[in-house]
Amino acid sequence: MYPFTYHRPASLDDARARLAASEDGRPLAGGMSLIPTMRFRLSSCSDLVDLNAIDGLAGIERHEGGIRIGAMTRHAAVEASAEVREAIPALAALAGSIGDVQVRNRGTIGGSICFADPAADYPAGILGLGASVNTDRRSIAADDFFTGLYETALEDGELVVSVDFPVPERAGWAKFGNQASRFAVVAVMVSLAGGAVRLAVTGAKSHVFRVPEMEAALAADFSAEALEGIAVASEGLNEDLHADAAYRAHLVGVMAKRAVRAALAP
Amino acid sequence: MERETISVTVNGRAYERQVEPRRLLSDFLRDDLRLTGTHVGCEHGVCGACTVMMDGVTARSCLTFAVMADGAEIETIEGLGSVDAMHPVQRAFWEKHGLQCGFCTPGMLMTAVELLERNSDPSVDDIRDAISGNLCRCTGYQTIVDSIRYAAHLMREDGA
Repeated sequence: MYPFTYHRPASLDDARARLAASEDGRPLAGGMSLIPTMRFRLSSCSDLVDLNAIDGLAGIERHEGGIRIGAMTRHAAVEASAEVREAIPALAALAGSIGDVQVRNRGTIGGSICFADPAADYPAGILGLGASVNTDRRSIAADDFFTGLYETALEDGELVVSVDFPVPERAGWAKFGNQASRFAVVAVMVSLAGGAVRLAVTGAKSHVFRVPEMEAALAADFSAEALEGIAVASEGLNEDLHADAAYRAHLVGVMAKRAVRAALAP
Repeated sequence: MERETISVTVNGRAYERQVEPRRLLSDFLRDDLRLTGTHVGCEHGVCGACTVMMDGVTARSCLTFAVMADGAEIETIEGLGSVDAMHPVQRAFWEKHGLQCGFCTPGMLMTAVELLERNSDPSVDDIRDAISGNLCRCTGYQTIVDSIRYAAHLMREDGA
Protein backbone atom coordinates (compact mmCIF):
# COMPACT_ATOMS: atom_id res chain seq x y z
CA MET A 1 0.00 0.00 0.00
CA TYR A 2 1.18 3.48 -0.82
CA PRO A 3 1.74 5.74 2.18
CA PHE A 4 -0.65 8.58 3.03
CA THR A 5 -1.20 11.23 5.66
CA TYR A 6 -3.96 10.43 8.13
CA HIS A 7 -6.48 12.88 9.52
CA ARG A 8 -9.15 12.30 12.10
CA PRO A 9 -11.26 15.44 12.25
CA ALA A 10 -13.89 15.86 14.98
CA SER A 11 -16.22 18.03 12.89
CA LEU A 12 -17.60 18.11 9.38
CA ASP A 13 -16.14 21.58 8.83
CA ASP A 14 -12.71 20.34 9.83
CA ALA A 15 -13.07 17.34 7.52
CA ARG A 16 -13.99 19.61 4.60
CA ALA A 17 -11.07 21.90 5.32
CA ARG A 18 -8.61 19.02 5.43
CA LEU A 19 -9.95 17.52 2.22
CA ALA A 20 -9.77 20.91 0.53
CA ALA A 21 -6.21 21.46 1.73
CA SER A 22 -4.97 18.07 0.57
CA GLU A 23 -3.49 17.37 -2.81
CA ASP A 24 -5.52 14.22 -3.44
CA GLY A 25 -7.45 13.47 -0.29
CA ARG A 26 -10.20 10.96 0.21
CA PRO A 27 -12.75 10.54 2.97
CA LEU A 28 -12.71 7.24 4.87
CA ALA A 29 -15.93 5.80 6.28
CA GLY A 30 -16.08 2.11 7.22
CA GLY A 31 -13.25 1.25 4.85
CA MET A 32 -14.79 -2.02 3.71
CA SER A 33 -14.30 -1.13 0.03
CA LEU A 34 -11.68 1.60 0.08
CA ILE A 35 -9.10 -0.25 2.19
CA PRO A 36 -9.05 -3.39 0.01
CA THR A 37 -8.62 -1.27 -3.14
CA MET A 38 -5.77 0.58 -1.46
CA ARG A 39 -4.19 -2.72 -0.48
CA PHE A 40 -4.34 -3.87 -4.09
CA ARG A 41 -2.88 -0.51 -5.14
CA LEU A 42 -5.97 0.02 -7.29
CA SER A 43 -6.38 3.31 -5.50
CA SER A 44 -4.16 5.60 -3.52
CA CYS A 45 -4.42 9.04 -2.03
CA SER A 46 -2.20 11.70 -0.52
CA ASP A 47 -4.45 12.09 2.52
CA LEU A 48 -7.07 9.96 4.18
CA VAL A 49 -9.68 11.89 6.15
CA ASP A 50 -11.29 9.52 8.63
CA LEU A 51 -14.94 10.45 9.30
CA ASN A 52 -15.36 8.01 12.19
CA ALA A 53 -14.74 10.53 14.98
CA ILE A 54 -17.28 13.11 13.77
CA ASP A 55 -20.29 13.35 16.08
CA GLY A 56 -23.77 13.34 14.62
CA LEU A 57 -23.06 11.52 11.37
CA ALA A 58 -24.41 8.18 12.61
CA GLY A 59 -27.94 7.47 13.70
CA ILE A 60 -31.46 6.64 12.60
CA GLU A 61 -34.34 9.05 13.07
CA ARG A 62 -38.02 8.52 12.40
CA HIS A 63 -39.80 11.74 11.52
CA GLU A 64 -43.03 12.87 9.90
CA GLY A 65 -41.85 12.42 6.33
CA GLY A 66 -39.93 9.19 6.73
CA ILE A 67 -36.65 7.86 8.02
CA ARG A 68 -33.35 9.68 8.07
CA ILE A 69 -30.20 7.57 8.25
CA GLY A 70 -26.89 9.26 9.03
CA ALA A 71 -24.11 8.66 6.54
CA MET A 72 -21.87 6.88 9.07
CA THR A 73 -24.59 4.50 10.24
CA ARG A 74 -23.32 0.91 10.06
CA HIS A 75 -25.24 -1.72 8.12
CA ALA A 76 -25.71 -3.71 11.35
CA ALA A 77 -27.47 -0.73 12.94
CA VAL A 78 -29.90 -0.41 10.03
CA GLU A 79 -30.49 -4.17 10.07
CA ALA A 80 -31.29 -4.10 13.80
CA SER A 81 -33.17 -0.78 13.93
CA ALA A 82 -36.70 -1.11 15.32
CA GLU A 83 -37.70 2.07 13.43
CA VAL A 84 -36.48 0.74 10.09
CA ARG A 85 -37.97 -2.72 10.66
CA GLU A 86 -41.31 -1.16 11.46
CA ALA A 87 -41.44 1.48 8.71
CA ILE A 88 -39.45 -0.07 5.84
CA PRO A 89 -38.76 -3.73 6.62
CA ALA A 90 -37.37 -4.22 3.10
CA LEU A 91 -34.58 -1.76 3.92
CA ALA A 92 -33.68 -3.68 7.09
CA ALA A 93 -33.66 -6.86 4.98
CA LEU A 94 -31.34 -5.21 2.46
CA ALA A 95 -28.92 -4.11 5.19
CA GLY A 96 -28.96 -7.59 6.70
CA SER A 97 -28.08 -9.16 3.35
CA ILE A 98 -24.88 -7.15 2.88
CA GLY A 99 -21.60 -9.09 3.02
CA ASP A 100 -21.08 -10.80 6.36
CA VAL A 101 -21.25 -9.87 10.04
CA GLN A 102 -17.80 -8.29 10.08
CA VAL A 103 -18.61 -6.12 7.05
CA ARG A 104 -21.99 -5.10 8.48
CA ASN A 105 -20.34 -4.09 11.76
CA ARG A 106 -18.02 -1.60 10.04
CA GLY A 107 -19.48 -0.69 6.65
CA THR A 108 -21.65 2.43 6.38
CA ILE A 109 -24.53 3.51 4.16
CA GLY A 110 -22.72 6.69 3.17
CA GLY A 111 -19.57 4.84 2.26
CA SER A 112 -21.48 2.29 0.23
CA ILE A 113 -23.36 4.79 -1.92
CA CYS A 114 -20.34 7.05 -2.43
CA PHE A 115 -18.22 4.12 -3.56
CA ALA A 116 -21.09 3.11 -5.91
CA ASP A 117 -19.94 -0.43 -6.56
CA PRO A 118 -22.01 -1.87 -9.43
CA ALA A 119 -22.90 -4.90 -7.26
CA ALA A 120 -23.54 -3.06 -3.99
CA ASP A 121 -26.96 -3.39 -2.35
CA TYR A 122 -27.67 0.11 -1.02
CA PRO A 123 -27.82 1.80 -4.44
CA ALA A 124 -30.91 -0.31 -5.23
CA GLY A 125 -32.37 0.67 -1.87
CA ILE A 126 -31.80 4.37 -2.53
CA LEU A 127 -33.21 4.27 -6.08
CA GLY A 128 -35.98 1.73 -5.48
CA LEU A 129 -37.30 3.58 -2.44
CA GLY A 130 -36.87 7.03 -3.98
CA ALA A 131 -34.62 8.32 -1.22
CA SER A 132 -32.74 11.60 -1.32
CA VAL A 133 -29.10 11.98 -0.45
CA ASN A 134 -28.23 14.97 1.74
CA THR A 135 -24.72 16.31 1.41
CA ASP A 136 -22.89 19.13 3.15
CA ARG A 137 -24.21 21.47 0.46
CA ARG A 138 -27.44 20.15 -1.12
CA SER A 139 -29.97 17.37 -1.44
CA ILE A 140 -29.66 15.01 -4.41
CA ALA A 141 -32.61 12.94 -5.66
CA ALA A 142 -31.99 9.20 -6.00
CA ASP A 143 -32.58 9.40 -9.75
CA ASP A 144 -29.71 11.86 -10.13
CA PHE A 145 -27.22 10.36 -7.67
CA PHE A 146 -25.77 7.28 -9.41
CA THR A 147 -24.25 8.27 -12.74
CA GLY A 148 -21.95 5.44 -13.81
CA LEU A 149 -19.53 2.71 -12.85
CA TYR A 150 -18.24 3.82 -9.41
CA GLU A 151 -19.50 7.30 -10.36
CA THR A 152 -21.92 9.55 -8.50
CA ALA A 153 -23.18 13.12 -8.83
CA LEU A 154 -20.95 14.19 -5.93
CA GLU A 155 -18.55 17.04 -6.59
CA ASP A 156 -14.95 17.10 -5.43
CA GLY A 157 -14.86 17.26 -1.66
CA GLU A 158 -18.63 16.96 -1.29
CA LEU A 159 -19.58 14.83 1.71
CA VAL A 160 -22.75 12.82 2.20
CA VAL A 161 -24.30 13.62 5.56
CA SER A 162 -27.49 11.55 5.59
CA VAL A 163 -30.07 9.79 3.46
CA ASP A 164 -33.83 10.46 3.67
CA PHE A 165 -36.14 7.57 2.92
CA PRO A 166 -39.85 8.18 2.41
CA VAL A 167 -42.01 5.43 3.94
CA PRO A 168 -43.73 3.47 1.15
CA GLU A 169 -47.00 1.59 1.49
CA ARG A 170 -45.16 -1.53 0.43
CA ALA A 171 -41.60 -2.44 -0.43
CA GLY A 172 -39.77 -5.67 -1.14
CA TRP A 173 -36.15 -6.74 -1.43
CA ALA A 174 -34.91 -9.80 -3.32
CA LYS A 175 -31.28 -10.68 -3.88
CA PHE A 176 -29.42 -13.35 -5.75
CA GLY A 177 -26.09 -13.04 -3.98
CA ASN A 178 -22.71 -14.36 -4.96
CA GLN A 179 -22.24 -17.34 -2.66
CA ALA A 180 -18.75 -16.30 -1.60
CA SER A 181 -18.75 -12.51 -1.47
CA ARG A 182 -22.49 -11.96 -0.96
CA PHE A 183 -22.30 -9.10 -3.45
CA ALA A 184 -25.42 -8.97 -5.61
CA VAL A 185 -25.25 -10.93 -8.84
CA VAL A 186 -28.66 -9.33 -9.31
CA ALA A 187 -30.84 -7.74 -6.64
CA VAL A 188 -34.08 -5.78 -6.83
CA MET A 189 -35.81 -3.26 -4.58
CA VAL A 190 -39.42 -2.52 -5.44
CA SER A 191 -41.71 -0.03 -3.72
CA LEU A 192 -45.27 1.21 -3.99
CA ALA A 193 -46.13 4.68 -2.71
CA GLY A 194 -49.18 6.74 -3.58
CA GLY A 195 -49.92 4.61 -6.63
CA ALA A 196 -46.40 5.08 -8.01
CA VAL A 197 -44.06 2.13 -8.34
CA ARG A 198 -40.26 2.20 -8.33
CA LEU A 199 -38.25 -0.88 -9.25
CA ALA A 200 -34.47 -0.66 -9.11
CA VAL A 201 -31.92 -3.27 -10.10
CA THR A 202 -28.33 -3.55 -8.87
CA GLY A 203 -25.57 -5.95 -9.90
CA ALA A 204 -26.70 -6.17 -13.52
CA LYS A 205 -25.14 -3.09 -15.16
CA SER A 206 -22.43 -0.50 -14.66
CA HIS A 207 -24.70 1.09 -12.08
CA VAL A 208 -28.15 0.76 -10.57
CA PHE A 209 -31.12 1.35 -12.89
CA ARG A 210 -34.92 1.39 -12.93
CA VAL A 211 -37.09 -0.74 -15.22
CA PRO A 212 -39.96 1.51 -16.48
CA GLU A 213 -41.88 -1.32 -18.23
CA MET A 214 -42.04 -3.29 -15.00
CA GLU A 215 -42.98 -0.19 -13.01
CA ALA A 216 -45.87 0.57 -15.40
CA ALA A 217 -47.16 -2.99 -15.22
CA LEU A 218 -46.96 -2.98 -11.43
CA ALA A 219 -48.66 0.41 -11.17
CA ALA A 220 -51.63 -1.11 -12.99
CA ASP A 221 -51.54 -4.36 -11.02
CA PHE A 222 -49.12 -4.77 -8.11
CA SER A 223 -48.61 -8.51 -8.32
CA ALA A 224 -45.83 -10.85 -9.40
CA GLU A 225 -48.10 -12.11 -12.19
CA ALA A 226 -48.19 -8.63 -13.72
CA LEU A 227 -44.50 -9.04 -14.53
CA GLU A 228 -45.09 -12.16 -16.57
CA GLY A 229 -43.61 -11.78 -20.05
CA ILE A 230 -41.71 -8.56 -19.33
CA ALA A 231 -38.07 -9.19 -20.13
CA VAL A 232 -35.03 -7.00 -19.71
CA ALA A 233 -32.70 -6.97 -22.71
CA SER A 234 -29.38 -8.67 -22.06
CA GLU A 235 -27.47 -6.12 -24.14
CA GLY A 236 -25.12 -4.08 -22.01
CA LEU A 237 -25.54 -6.20 -18.90
CA ASN A 238 -22.52 -7.27 -16.87
CA GLU A 239 -20.79 -10.54 -17.66
CA ASP A 240 -18.38 -12.37 -15.40
CA LEU A 241 -17.64 -15.91 -14.35
CA HIS A 242 -20.65 -15.91 -12.03
CA ALA A 243 -23.26 -15.03 -14.65
CA ASP A 244 -23.33 -14.08 -18.33
CA ALA A 245 -25.55 -11.28 -19.63
CA ALA A 246 -28.42 -13.54 -20.66
CA TYR A 247 -28.50 -15.18 -17.24
CA ARG A 248 -28.40 -11.80 -15.52
CA ALA A 249 -31.32 -10.61 -17.68
CA HIS A 250 -33.24 -13.72 -16.61
CA LEU A 251 -32.38 -13.08 -12.97
CA VAL A 252 -33.75 -9.53 -13.18
CA GLY A 253 -37.16 -10.98 -14.01
CA VAL A 254 -36.96 -13.61 -11.28
CA MET A 255 -35.73 -11.20 -8.60
CA ALA A 256 -38.35 -8.59 -9.59
CA LYS A 257 -41.11 -11.14 -9.02
CA ARG A 258 -39.61 -12.26 -5.72
CA ALA A 259 -39.29 -8.63 -4.60
CA VAL A 260 -42.97 -8.02 -5.40
CA ARG A 261 -43.95 -11.17 -3.49
CA ALA A 262 -41.83 -10.01 -0.56
CA ALA A 263 -43.57 -6.63 -0.69
CA LEU A 264 -46.98 -8.35 -0.61
CA ALA A 265 -46.06 -10.77 2.18
CA PRO A 266 -47.98 -10.07 5.37
CA MET B 1 5.34 9.63 6.22
CA GLU B 2 4.69 11.00 9.63
CA ARG B 3 4.06 8.49 12.36
CA GLU B 4 1.02 8.82 14.57
CA THR B 5 0.89 8.05 18.26
CA ILE B 6 -1.99 5.80 19.21
CA SER B 7 -3.32 4.49 22.52
CA VAL B 8 -5.11 1.19 22.35
CA THR B 9 -6.39 -1.17 25.01
CA VAL B 10 -5.84 -4.77 24.00
CA ASN B 11 -7.24 -7.52 26.21
CA GLY B 12 -7.50 -5.05 29.07
CA ARG B 13 -3.92 -3.81 28.80
CA ALA B 14 -3.16 -0.27 27.62
CA TYR B 15 -0.53 0.24 24.92
CA GLU B 16 0.85 3.41 23.42
CA ARG B 17 2.78 3.08 20.17
CA GLN B 18 3.89 5.07 17.16
CA VAL B 19 2.61 3.73 13.88
CA GLU B 20 2.68 4.63 10.23
CA PRO B 21 -0.88 5.48 9.09
CA ARG B 22 -0.89 2.63 6.58
CA ARG B 23 -0.08 0.08 9.30
CA LEU B 24 -2.96 -2.36 9.47
CA LEU B 25 -4.42 -3.31 12.81
CA SER B 26 -3.59 -6.96 12.08
CA ASP B 27 0.11 -6.17 11.53
CA PHE B 28 0.10 -3.86 14.53
CA LEU B 29 -1.22 -6.62 16.78
CA ARG B 30 1.10 -9.28 15.41
CA ASP B 31 4.34 -7.40 14.77
CA ASP B 32 4.24 -4.44 17.13
CA LEU B 33 2.49 -6.03 20.11
CA ARG B 34 3.66 -9.59 19.32
CA LEU B 35 0.14 -10.90 19.77
CA THR B 36 0.41 -13.48 17.03
CA GLY B 37 -2.80 -15.34 17.82
CA THR B 38 -4.65 -13.12 15.35
CA HIS B 39 -3.95 -14.70 11.99
CA VAL B 40 -3.55 -13.06 8.61
CA GLY B 41 -4.89 -15.11 5.73
CA CYS B 42 -6.13 -13.37 2.59
CA GLU B 43 -5.20 -9.83 3.69
CA HIS B 44 -8.10 -8.30 1.80
CA GLY B 45 -11.22 -8.89 3.79
CA VAL B 46 -12.42 -12.26 2.61
CA CYS B 47 -11.21 -15.03 4.90
CA GLY B 48 -11.99 -13.66 8.38
CA ALA B 49 -8.92 -15.23 10.01
CA CYS B 50 -7.92 -11.77 11.33
CA THR B 51 -11.26 -11.15 13.07
CA VAL B 52 -10.93 -9.36 16.42
CA MET B 53 -13.38 -7.51 18.65
CA MET B 54 -13.21 -3.75 18.36
CA ASP B 55 -15.32 -1.84 20.87
CA GLY B 56 -17.46 -4.90 21.44
CA VAL B 57 -18.15 -6.01 17.87
CA THR B 58 -16.19 -8.11 15.43
CA ALA B 59 -14.02 -6.38 12.87
CA ARG B 60 -11.52 -7.57 10.30
CA SER B 61 -8.19 -6.30 11.56
CA CYS B 62 -6.75 -6.53 8.03
CA LEU B 63 -9.34 -3.98 6.86
CA THR B 64 -8.75 -1.58 9.72
CA PHE B 65 -5.83 0.81 10.04
CA ALA B 66 -4.19 0.75 13.44
CA VAL B 67 -4.67 4.54 13.61
CA MET B 68 -8.42 4.00 13.35
CA ALA B 69 -8.24 1.97 16.56
CA ASP B 70 -6.81 4.91 18.53
CA GLY B 71 -8.79 4.98 21.78
CA ALA B 72 -10.51 1.70 21.04
CA GLU B 73 -10.84 -1.44 23.15
CA ILE B 74 -9.60 -4.45 21.24
CA GLU B 75 -10.05 -8.05 22.23
CA THR B 76 -8.05 -10.77 20.55
CA ILE B 77 -7.93 -14.52 20.89
CA GLU B 78 -5.23 -14.12 23.56
CA GLY B 79 -7.81 -12.44 25.78
CA LEU B 80 -10.42 -15.14 25.43
CA GLY B 81 -9.00 -17.78 27.71
CA SER B 82 -5.91 -19.79 28.58
CA VAL B 83 -5.01 -23.46 28.45
CA ASP B 84 -5.91 -23.75 32.12
CA ALA B 85 -9.02 -21.63 31.92
CA MET B 86 -10.56 -22.03 28.52
CA HIS B 87 -13.51 -20.00 27.34
CA PRO B 88 -16.53 -22.28 26.77
CA VAL B 89 -16.18 -21.68 23.02
CA GLN B 90 -12.55 -22.83 23.14
CA ARG B 91 -13.52 -25.86 25.20
CA ALA B 92 -16.28 -26.73 22.74
CA PHE B 93 -13.95 -26.50 19.72
CA TRP B 94 -11.47 -28.71 21.56
CA GLU B 95 -14.01 -31.33 22.56
CA LYS B 96 -15.90 -31.38 19.25
CA HIS B 97 -12.81 -31.23 17.02
CA GLY B 98 -13.85 -27.89 15.54
CA LEU B 99 -10.52 -27.50 13.78
CA GLN B 100 -7.92 -29.34 11.81
CA CYS B 101 -5.01 -27.09 10.86
CA GLY B 102 -6.27 -24.37 13.20
CA PHE B 103 -5.39 -21.39 11.04
CA CYS B 104 -8.95 -20.04 10.82
CA THR B 105 -9.73 -20.89 14.44
CA PRO B 106 -8.88 -17.58 16.19
CA GLY B 107 -11.19 -15.64 13.86
CA MET B 108 -13.82 -18.36 13.99
CA LEU B 109 -13.81 -18.22 17.81
CA MET B 110 -14.15 -14.42 17.94
CA THR B 111 -17.08 -14.57 15.53
CA ALA B 112 -18.68 -17.38 17.54
CA VAL B 113 -18.31 -15.42 20.77
CA GLU B 114 -20.10 -12.44 19.22
CA LEU B 115 -22.92 -14.68 17.97
CA LEU B 116 -23.38 -16.35 21.35
CA GLU B 117 -23.45 -13.00 23.13
CA ARG B 118 -26.42 -12.01 20.96
CA ASN B 119 -28.13 -15.37 20.68
CA SER B 120 -27.77 -17.96 23.43
CA ASP B 121 -29.50 -20.72 21.45
CA PRO B 122 -28.67 -20.29 17.76
CA SER B 123 -30.01 -22.65 15.12
CA VAL B 124 -27.71 -24.31 12.60
CA ASP B 125 -28.83 -21.69 10.05
CA ASP B 126 -28.06 -18.85 12.50
CA ILE B 127 -24.58 -20.31 13.03
CA ARG B 128 -23.88 -20.79 9.34
CA ASP B 129 -25.03 -17.24 8.64
CA ALA B 130 -22.88 -15.86 11.46
CA ILE B 131 -19.70 -17.60 10.31
CA SER B 132 -20.24 -16.84 6.61
CA GLY B 133 -17.39 -14.32 6.80
CA ASN B 134 -14.91 -16.88 8.13
CA LEU B 135 -13.40 -19.37 5.72
CA CYS B 136 -12.19 -22.80 6.76
CA ARG B 137 -10.49 -24.97 4.16
CA CYS B 138 -10.17 -28.12 6.29
CA THR B 139 -13.31 -29.10 8.12
CA GLY B 140 -16.18 -28.55 5.71
CA TYR B 141 -17.64 -26.53 8.60
CA GLN B 142 -19.63 -29.45 10.03
CA THR B 143 -17.56 -29.82 13.20
CA ILE B 144 -17.32 -26.04 13.56
CA VAL B 145 -21.10 -25.77 13.56
CA ASP B 146 -21.26 -28.67 16.04
CA SER B 147 -18.71 -26.92 18.25
CA ILE B 148 -20.62 -23.64 18.30
CA ARG B 149 -23.87 -25.44 19.14
CA TYR B 150 -22.06 -27.25 21.95
CA ALA B 151 -20.53 -23.97 23.15
CA ALA B 152 -24.02 -22.46 23.31
CA HIS B 153 -25.10 -25.44 25.40
CA LEU B 154 -22.09 -25.05 27.73
CA MET B 155 -22.70 -21.33 28.13
CA ARG B 156 -26.39 -21.83 28.89
CA GLU B 157 -25.44 -24.41 31.52
CA ASP B 158 -22.85 -22.06 33.01
CA GLY B 159 -25.44 -19.31 33.11
CA ALA B 160 -28.12 -21.52 34.63
